[in-house]
Amino acid sequence: MATTYFTEDHEWLRVEGGIATVGITDYAQEQLGDLVFVELPEAGKKLAKGDTAVVVESVKAASDVYAPVDGEITESNGTLSSDPSLVNSAATSAGWLWKMKLANESQLEGLMDEAAYQAHIG
Amino acid sequence: MTGDDTTHLPLEDMHIAAGARFGAFAGWSMPLTYPAGVMKEHLHTREHAGLFDISHMKLFEVSGPGAVSLLNRACPLDAGALELSQSKLTFFLNEAGGITDDLIVTRLGDTRFMVVANAGNAVADEKHLRALANDFDVKVDALDRVFLAIQGPEAWAVLSRAGIETGSLLFMHGIELGKNGEPRKNWFMSRSGYTGEDGFELGLPEADARDLVAKLLEDERMLWIGLAARDSLRLEAGLCLHGQDITPETDPASAALMWAVPKDIRATGAFIGADALRAVLERGPAQKRVGLKPEGRQPVRAGVALFDADGNPAGHVTSGGFGPSAGHPVAMGYVSTPLAKPGTRVFADVRGTKIPVDISSLPFTPHRYRKG
Repeated sequence: MATTYFTEDHEWLRVEGGIATVGITDYAQEQLGDLVFVELPEAGKKLAKGDTAVVVESVKAASDVYAPVDGEITESNGTLSSDPSLVNSAATSAGWLWKMKLANESQLEGLMDEAAYQAHIG
Repeated sequence: MTGDDTTHLPLEDMHIAAGARFGAFAGWSMPLTYPAGVMKEHLHTREHAGLFDISHMKLFEVSGPGAVSLLNRACPLDAGALELSQSKLTFFLNEAGGITDDLIVTRLGDTRFMVVANAGNAVADEKHLRALANDFDVKVDALDRVFLAIQGPEAWAVLSRAGIETGSLLFMHGIELGKNGEPRKNWFMSRSGYTGEDGFELGLPEADARDLVAKLLEDERMLWIGLAARDSLRLEAGLCLHGQDITPETDPASAALMWAVPKDIRATGAFIGADALRAVLERGPAQKRVGLKPEGRQPVRAGVALFDADGNPAGHVTSGGFGPSAGHPVAMGYVSTPLAKPGTRVFADVRGTKIPVDISSLPFTPHRYRKG
């Protein structure tokens, strides 16, 4: 059974079997506006919590998306290379950004659940 | 900048009602996007008509027997050669020939001109104009107007339906015209804009503006357009943003804007910065403003450094983003003069990755001005 967590920086993670699928929330994609490019990481890249994992580019600006926990990239969402607007239309499903193998599952305890995140964005 | 220093648009309540998202620009709280979003707003302007609130820009009326002389001193311009209703892009230069602002000057009468200045420089511009005016028999009036831009291939049709006839007015001409065609001293309308499309700019009192906006928005061809799309539209059109593509450190020759300076004025004009500009023209500018077309889909943004094929510094990007109409990233910047030829390849360093960028002619989308 997958559990979904949220960060204060508007990322979501769906964790199943030690692997997290990560994306940005619907609120975040709305703030960013129409995305035109997503700079995706290579599989095998090791990230520490807070490192820039992905850069999403809208018509107007580039924004960093941070690694919400420590881990290693196992896969990027290659579909976004040809269709970055998937992040706008399906931020929490088909518009996921990357998958990572968790290095330290206890870090999940510091993240928010959906109710807490909704309260956070008010 | 603190919240207290922010200036608000007179029509802010109308933007709030339209669902605008606001952001700070040049000391103003400006609508950045509306619910349609920057991509749709941009494309709607190119296909139909867009309504922009540009009241952050400042209108000045310069009038009196010394008006021509003042403008000829303040700008590399032959103000006396302007025909009635003719508009011209010009500049305020500093003594070093650097551009302190770009302006549109329109002749309203024998000794009366309208000057439109950029938001960020409006205060300095007014001070500068007033100081210069002391030497001439001239009056400088800062006008309190709402300023609207109506841009796009259907702009004239929407205005016509709202009772504003634009028919005989051509690109880069401006007049004092009100509803139903009668002249009104407090209304200024020019066929101009900053999107590359046919369009109009209207300066008018707030109450009239509220009526006009309400009428314009009844037309489904018309949509509010925010500052974000204004920026992508002007970049695709190859138009400079002061403070970004042109600054007090940039002269008109380096900026490839000498077309705005009449030939005889280059040789004999007594405008501020004339000697410095002549010196630049004599030796040739070291860098030139060019269009930049990055390969692939990744935008290359302002501030990014450019390198030649051997890895030597070649210039920098001053504006960059994605061109919704062009369908690819678009940018503008400066490169060393020998490289400033369309087709030359340079490389942009984006977060450590070298992205190939071709020098491109401007604009990226063809201008569709109504020149007659």
